[in-house]
Amino acid sequence: MNRKPVIEFKDFTFHYHSQAEPTLYDINLKIFPGEKILIVGPSGSGKSTLGHCINGLIPFSYKGKISGSLTVAGLETKDQDIFNLSKIIGTVLQDADGQFVGLTVGEDIAFALENDNIIQHEMHERVRKVAQMVDMESFLASSPFELSGGQKQRTSLAGVMVDDVDILLFDEPLANLDPATGKTAIEIIDDIHKNSNKTIIIIEHRLEDVLHREIDRVLVINDGRILTDMDPHELVSSPILAENGIREPLYITAMKYAGVEVKREMRPGYITTLETEEFKDTLANWYEGIKAEDQQERKSPILEMNDVSFSYDGLRQTVTDISFQIQEGEMISIVGKNGAGKSTLSKLLCGFEKVVDGVIQYDGQDIIDKTIKERAEIIGLVMQNPNQMISKPMIYDEIALGLRLRNVPEEEIGPRIEKVLKVCGLSPCRSWPISALSYGQKKRVTIASILVLDPKIIILDEPTAGQDFRHYTEIMEFLVDVNKLGVTIILITHDMHLMLEYTPRAVVLSDGKQVVDTATSEILTNSDVIKQANLKETSLFILAHMVDIEDGTNFVQRFIDYENKRKNRGVQR
Amino acid sequence: MKLFSYNVIDTPIHKLSGLTKLICFFFLTFAVMFSYDIRTILGVMIFSFVILRISKIKYSQIRLMIIYVLIFLVTNAVISFLFSPEEGVAIYGTRHDLFNWFGSNKVTLEGLFYLFTKFFKYASVIPLGIIFLLTTNPSEFASSLNSVGINYKAAYAVALTLRYFPDTQRNYQDIGLAQQARGLDLSHKAKFSERFKNAVLIVVPLIFSTLDRIDLISNAMDLRGFGKKKKRTWYTARKMTRLDYLALFISAIVFFGIISVSVFINQSRYYNPFI
Repeated sequence: MNRKPVIEFKDFTFHYHSQAEPTLYDINLKIFPGEKILIVGPSGSGKSTLGHCINGLIPFSYKGKISGSLTVAGLETKDQDIFNLSKIIGTVLQDADGQFVGLTVGEDIAFALENDNIIQHEMHERVRKVAQMVDMESFLASSPFELSGGQKQRTSLAGVMVDDVDILLFDEPLANLDPATGKTAIEIIDDIHKNSNKTIIIIEHRLEDVLHREIDRVLVINDGRILTDMDPHELVSSPILAENGIREPLYITAMKYAGVEVKREMRPGYITTLETEEFKDTLANWYEGIKAEDQQERKSPILEMNDVSFSYDGLRQTVTDISFQIQEGEMISIVGKNGAGKSTLSKLLCGFEKVVDGVIQYDGQDIIDKTIKERAEIIGLVMQNPNQMISKPMIYDEIALGLRLRNVPEEEIGPRIEKVLKVCGLSPCRSWPISALSYGQKKRVTIASILVLDPKIIILDEPTAGQDFRHYTEIMEFLVDVNKLGVTIILITHDMHLMLEYTPRAVVLSDGKQVVDTATSEILTNSDVIKQANLKETSLFILAHMVDIEDGTNFVQRFIDYENKRKNRGVQR
Repeated sequence: MKLFSYNVIDTPIHKLSGLTKLICFFFLTFAVMFSYDIRTILGVMIFSFVILRISKIKYSQIRLMIIYVLIFLVTNAVISFLFSPEEGVAIYGTRHDLFNWFGSNKVTLEGLFYLFTKFFKYASVIPLGIIFLLTTNPSEFASSLNSVGINYKAAYAVALTLRYFPDTQRNYQDIGLAQQARGLDLSHKAKFSERFKNAVLIVVPLIFSTLDRIDLISNAMDLRGFGKKKKRTWYTARKMTRLDYLALFISAIVFFGIISVSVFINQSRYYNPFI
């Protein structure tokens, strides 16, 4: 290539003032105009820092020591301010909610223009044009509360495109989106790339979801270094993903389980380009060879909802006629798109809201009239963001809080906390301050502070949101251990991997109604349910069809069974 | 429930520019603060209730706020009476004893009248403040503040504060519920000191999650060029309309009317019915 790179790192090292070690080491990287680049890496690998260097947040907002050179469009970034860079690079941050600056869609899109002193009528004109490009022109007067996650993201995208930047940088664009919306987001990014020929950089750890559309090069970054720079086909056929804690696409996992050697020539980067001829039979044989897991008999239900309905305003029902049973010791998912009634359901279970119609039974007893505090003895709730729950500076005090509020004598509190700390793997940190903990550890503390109250059921709201594969596995395996102690676990989620790997059964809600209550493998292969719950078809199902296995659902189920056996787990205990 | 949050409804009050509303608010407030004439004060009070009605604000939206303000005003009146029971007599120059309390202390008609006047003085301004908060689009208000020479960064800070009020409130409720599930008692059954201590347990996580958000929003703003130039334009800026001038005119008349009543009729800030 003899073109000039639009972004060029030369022996670039960056060291945050607050850190002991540099975060980025000797980065050498050229990105050419019109390329579409994906940067993957686990949390703390330095991939976000790399993004901050490109868009100017480093050194503008985050201070540190830079050596080497980084040029963007020929300009040395050290000598530029963030404003000049913002004319060249538009950044879409991961939290579409948090970056919504304006009060309405129109105002938010206009924000960069306002700062540029564009006169009002020209501003309105340009906003309308950009809104049209992302299909938001009929929402210009809507406030963020009225928008779905996908619409908010389109708005942020329009907000950076209004400046006609040459480079678009997406920082974990999929983190807060449900699978269907995430898929659309990748399609929109791809369409923009094709229509405008802008340079696109996507930072994301959800590799398979990004590879829904074409990517020119994937950079794997870990421990502050760029490890590889390959096209997707080469990348997924190399061992580099597993070595660095990045989840490979599920269909690749299935192929490896079947003993297929994944090779570049199979074009395995995208499921759509995968050539299956060579290993069709191997995969089919593997599938035939897996013995189905025995269906274990259902234990007695611990929690039962019967025709439960609820309305906030007495006019419109938020949830209607929900009926399902949860067995003792089960681990189950409740799924559905935003606004489907998932959070309302958990509020009803915890007693935060009062059921209008219907019955909730725990162990055969009606618990509708129990207070929040009484319900907490049975059902504990762990909120999504640990910062929303932690109110004490020390770990020990935080976990003791619930017991102290219940006037449990201090002699009794001690041993109970010790026990929970042990279960949660936090014993060595019992006397640490909370501020010394990582996000995942904080999450453990919040779970510990609920566990110590000894509830029979725990509800977790998106326990793994925004976590990379390693932390995800850590949190989920921990929950499996908790589950083994006999605690029933309800997960509110739209993470399909989580459903598939950890919860054999799921309840799907849509518009406040219960769509199905069945095996996860059936949900993720039923196109009607997938559509109603904003999920997407799992690539395992597509793979099954590509190799002419007729019963795709069964293929998915056997994959789960096989995986459970590998991990030495039964389906239901 | 969205307390303190701006709602889009099509009323003449909503149509006024934020700046107009602010100036009108100052006119009326200054007038009422200046005058101790119960007749004009009650006049302004009725006027503000009429405006409240015109702007279609529902009682349920403002109930909580009203209750807190009333508690504050009553406490204020009781305390000022306890500390200077003779204030009324000193101001009005006459003494009509009603009854004794605590030995030699006397409750006088003048004293009661003074407290009554003072109570309504404050009470009449509250609806105006509520109207201002609930009918003003924060961004548009920021643009009007900026147009009268206030630094746009300061103006934007005001707008963001107003905007995040409902968000923070929702967050507070969520955190509160989760903490209640751990055994926190915020109900009326708990003692006041207990409830105060418990509220702290909600405020701490609230502050931390709010700090996260502030970091994020300030990055988002930097990345889109906020603070680059000395000036900025506003998507929501509005030109002054006839309605604005009319509102300014009316409140100016009320202001000068009230001042004139004091200066020419009462010849004092106080209206004295006792002579």
